[in-house]
Amino acid sequence: MKFIIQVNEGPYQHQTADSAYQFTRAALARGHEVLRVFFYHDGVNNGTRLTSPPQDDRNIVSRWSALAAEHELDLVICVAAAHRRGILDESEMKRLDKDAYNLAPGFRISGLGQLIEGVVLADRLVVFGD
Amino acid sequence: MKIKKCLYVNRRAPYGTSYALEAIDMVLIGSAFDQDISLLFIDDGLFQLKKGQDTADLEIKNHSPAYRAFEMYDVEKIYVSKEAMAARGLKRGDLLVDVELLSDSRIKELMDEHDVIFSF
Repeated sequence: MKFIIQVNEGPYQHQTADSAYQFTRAALARGHEVLRVFFYHDGVNNGTRLTSPPQDDRNIVSRWSALAAEHELDLVICVAAAHRRGILDESEMKRLDKDAYNLAPGFRISGLGQLIEGVVLADRLVVFGD
Repeated sequence: MKIKKCLYVNRRAPYGTSYALEAIDMVLIGSAFDQDISLLFIDDGLFQLKKGQDTADLEIKNHSPAYRAFEMYDVEKIYVSKEAMAARGLKRGDLLVDVELLSDSRIKELMDEHDVIFSF
């Protein structure tokens, strides 16, 4: 089955961020295809590499980065939601004249069209949200 | 591009969270991709369609004019839960746009009829 995953909540505050990762990992382990994971609303906060949890806690962001590296997973952060919440990559930092960027490895910033396109191509959209 | 029947389910009040605002963005993008779009408003989501929204004191942009503009984007199928309307004392005349009222049992069928459900 071809899945597209949508993540609507930020990390640590809401179980959704963990469940989305666990579902994606399980789907890949079962041999399903995950076309894309799309982060929207506060879900964009799953893509900041500045996340620094205590050592005995899971690192939700680097966990996604590792899964992306292992499976060539397409992790897409919504650009409009990201700008509002201060998630930037290097080129957006320059374009918006900011002094830092924080996008984690394996993530990319793009538009909502990526979600719609993914939904059209996939068999199932699975939304993780509140 | 293939066309899918997409149902956007709006469940929350217009301002306390960003879901309503960011749902509007998604509706417009879905329209730009020529998808077959329907909107459903249930629970406190109904308040998104209420006339006379004034957000000045909240210091938040009033995004409700967008619902009136949906028609220009060929987004014309707007459904509302009849039970949720009654529970909130709302009437058709209180809403910014023309809607079709559906019973909760009909809403279940509506969901079954769609390929994709976005939930906000």
